[in-house]
Amino acid sequence: MTMTELFLLFVSSIFVHNILLSRFLGCCPFMGVSSKLKTAQGMGAAVVFVIVLASLMTWLTYNYLLVPLHLEYLYTLSFILVIAALVQFVELALKKLNPVLYKSLGIFLPLITTNCAVLGVAVLNMNEGYGLAAALVNAFGSSLGFLLAISLMAGIRERIEDNEGIPVSLQGLPMALITAGLMSIAFMGFTGIIK
Amino acid sequence: MDVMHVFVTPLTLMGVMGGVFGVLLAIASIVFRVHQDERIGLIRAALPGANCGGCGYPGCDGGASGVVTEGAAVNKCSVGGASVAQKIAEIMGVEAGATIPMRAFLKCKGTCEASPRQLIYDGINDCRSAATIPGGSPNACPFGCIGLGTCVSVCNFGALTMGDDGLPKVDVKKCVGCGACVANCPKGIFTLVPATADIIVACNSHWRGPQVKGVCSAGCIGCGICAKVCPAGAVEVINDLAVIDQSKCIKCGKCAQRCPAKCIKTGESYEVIEKTA
Repeated sequence: MTMTELFLLFVSSIFVHNILLSRFLGCCPFMGVSSKLKTAQGMGAAVVFVIVLASLMTWLTYNYLLVPLHLEYLYTLSFILVIAALVQFVELALKKLNPVLYKSLGIFLPLITTNCAVLGVAVLNMNEGYGLAAALVNAFGSSLGFLLAISLMAGIRERIEDNEGIPVSLQGLPMALITAGLMSIAFMGFTGIIK
Repeated sequence: MDVMHVFVTPLTLMGVMGGVFGVLLAIASIVFRVHQDERIGLIRAALPGANCGGCGYPGCDGGASGVVTEGAAVNKCSVGGASVAQKIAEIMGVEAGATIPMRAFLKCKGTCEASPRQLIYDGINDCRSAATIPGGSPNACPFGCIGLGTCVSVCNFGALTMGDDGLPKVDVKKCVGCGACVANCPKGIFTLVPATADIIVACNSHWRGPQVKGVCSAGCIGCGICAKVCPAGAVEVINDLAVIDQSKCIKCGKCAQRCPAKCIKTGESYEVIEKTA
């Protein structure tokens, strides 16, 4: 891939194919951890960290283990194994080596172990047949898209939380779901920017 | 059928991957072991787990590590009180020290009747939001209770309820003195007082007499009669507001009798409340 193609992939993975609002992966934290802007950003940062690392590891696993052994069909199982072990390892290492980062990301790391966004990006990289550079760019872009979407969501939810104009039956989660739907429609506006 | 390819290779691969990751994680857990003081776990188990933040640390986990790593006092937990302080003191091997339970007290008597509402506030139903409007309050008195019940919503113990008169009521049996209402009231009209305090000034206004009279019939006008009649010298008027030093107060009640605005509350100690209840 040329530099231009990589850049286009980066932009499209953030906006056009936003992992939350257009691919609908990782919706659990999008609803669960988006009530406070600060925790949403912590979650988003942890996701960026884990998706990039996990994409690197799963790409290596797929191309240097599964493909030579003709065991491509085992990708789901081995990706889950790799991601779970990696997140555990990162959590242990962070706790010791960088307690400050651990405090800000630590509580979110176990949540991400089983997050479908992480597995989804790894599988996308494989299905699209990306090289290592493209896979990493796609991972970084997708996770930045996650950070962007969850931060926007948390910002909106903080503002509408105390709004008495919302009918009682729609307060709280229902309003959050409607908001998510409207955000998704808004992000559809990016479709067609990149061919 | 190629037995080798269908069974042996996949099983070996997954087995080896699982084994390698398991060993790596086992090694990592030893290499990266963080030595945590076992007393933190013991203290955490002794704490009530209300996670109110009343000790000044974020939650009970934070409080437990604060005691061990930062040398915080063992009697900071207002929810657990003396018994928990005693347990923590035993774990830490120190003296517990006396704990006087604290409770929240509302320094305002500005009911809807006594202190008329000046504006019809139609914004977000939260005192912290209402306090941002010009003048600092929808009510005529900018020091007094706004009455939208932010304190009620932040109380984790159900100790506060909104009364019909527009002021929150403290249920002293439920109040643990965590200070959440004190921290969240935009007007700062809650204060923590010792449970032994019997006579307390229930006003927060630093305005001078005529101004106070204009907005509230139950506000402290700073006349200083209370300070003159107090035989123990416990009352002082600071910035046009009477303040009672609870360590000097002998609970004679003379200040409250002579107060022209009737803004000094008596019978507020747990002892008296229990007797009259």
